[in-house]
Amino acid sequence: MVTRGVSSGTAATREPGSSTLRSAAIAWRLATVVDVVTETPRARTLVLDVPGWPGHRAGQHVDVRLTADDGYQAERSYSIASAPEDARIALTVQRLDDGEVSPYLTDVLRGGDRLELRGPIGGYFVWGVALGGPLFLVAGGSGIVPLMAMLRHRAAVLTANSDARHGVPTRLLYSSRRWEDVFYRAELAPLAEDDETLEVALTLTHEAPPGWTGFRRLIDRRMLAEVAWPPAERPKVFVCGPTPLVEAVATALVELGHDPALVKTERFGPTGGSGSAA
Amino acid sequence: MTEPFVSRGFRGRGRPGATAARLPPGQYETPDFPVLSAGPTPRTPLATWDFLFRGADGPAARWTWDEFQALPHETVNTDIHCVTKWSKLDTIWEGVSLDTLLAEAATRGVKSAPYVLAVSDGGYTTNLPLADVAGGKAWVAVKYQGVPLTPEHGGPARLLVPHLYFWKSAKWVRQLRFMEHDEAGFWESFGYHNYGDPWREQRYSGDP
Repeated sequence: MVTRGVSSGTAATREPGSSTLRSAAIAWRLATVVDVVTETPRARTLVLDVPGWPGHRAGQHVDVRLTADDGYQAERSYSIASAPEDARIALTVQRLDDGEVSPYLTDVLRGGDRLELRGPIGGYFVWGVALGGPLFLVAGGSGIVPLMAMLRHRAAVLTANSDARHGVPTRLLYSSRRWEDVFYRAELAPLAEDDETLEVALTLTHEAPPGWTGFRRLIDRRMLAEVAWPPAERPKVFVCGPTPLVEAVATALVELGHDPALVKTERFGPTGGSGSAA
Repeated sequence: MTEPFVSRGFRGRGRPGATAARLPPGQYETPDFPVLSAGPTPRTPLATWDFLFRGADGPAARWTWDEFQALPHETVNTDIHCVTKWSKLDTIWEGVSLDTLLAEAATRGVKSAPYVLAVSDGGYTTNLPLADVAGGKAWVAVKYQGVPLTPEHGGPARLLVPHLYFWKSAKWVRQLRFMEHDEAGFWESFGYHNYGDPWREQRYSGDP
């Protein structure tokens, strides 16, 4: 067996050959924080005014870049929570206690501050009313953010054209630890109440308030069988959340007979301890 | 924007350690191994797994799992860089060098071409210049840190092209196809860079 050290520090010495279509680079823009909204004890929504924003599709994200006064920079990606129809861009950021960027965004940034970002980014985990339904959205924790952009986009279009809503019947299954960890909870309930073609099912995995009638466990195959559209209806499925949830949900949906090609996933977070390939 | 905007009150903490020079621009080091993929994880039994190297037209070389395992394996210690900003240093892989597969394919009459498309279970594809998979730069990996690759991390076999962003290291790889002309793969057709050199921060289409 040969042991071969490979330095990833060696930049490629060769230009790529013929290339596919080249487009303009996605420019860095200086956004202004218009508002900071507390969503949960650990999550805040940054409402941003972004001059020159080219528009986005629900499900896309932006790259945020922070620069310290000595020039040190850190970049991270955050999903866009706002609908394409909204005038301002909203990012909902959950604070990771050992994070480098998220505590700055949630705890330091305030109205009037400015923030560098570029986007929109990502062309696969996206949905628009024109793509039709039925739509099945599954979220775990902060994985609700890009799905909320889809729900807000859907609501914006259907408010303008209520005849269209029967074309996109939608179900959301959203898992959180506790009630106070549910993002957008003040918005989700009226959204579903005002629209007979939108159903929202919540599950609380750690603790539920008195009188809770929703689910009380991790999302499992039985719950998906109960909540999801039947596979024969060929729902368009978007799953976003921590890796274990996304793995479990996507696997169970395929076992239930959903076409893997219709199940789009976005995962975040580690899979386990250091060095684990599990 | 020419001058970077200084973020009020931001200090950051990633500054120079022994490993800072190994991090491409915009990347941070993680001890974890995050999982990213666009759809459900495919699970192919080893009994039906095979690996194909296809010519642009004409014959293909094919290996069963056992035949593939019988090829010479190499151990590779390398840093990997994901376009989502994390880098993981000193990862250890075991697999078959693309040089071995290229040589084997050539002896079986597979005609070479300037580009390669990797095709995976689940339909994922990624495109690479031949020059970036030849000459000790790429492997088909079957083990990570000494143990067989799990399905979440691309098992039973994934491409390993560590000098490019990690989406080029296609999980669940089953086929390499020579192409006379470059053709965008999956992420490359959804707004990501066609080449993906982390040291030039070629994340998205249009990046220099």
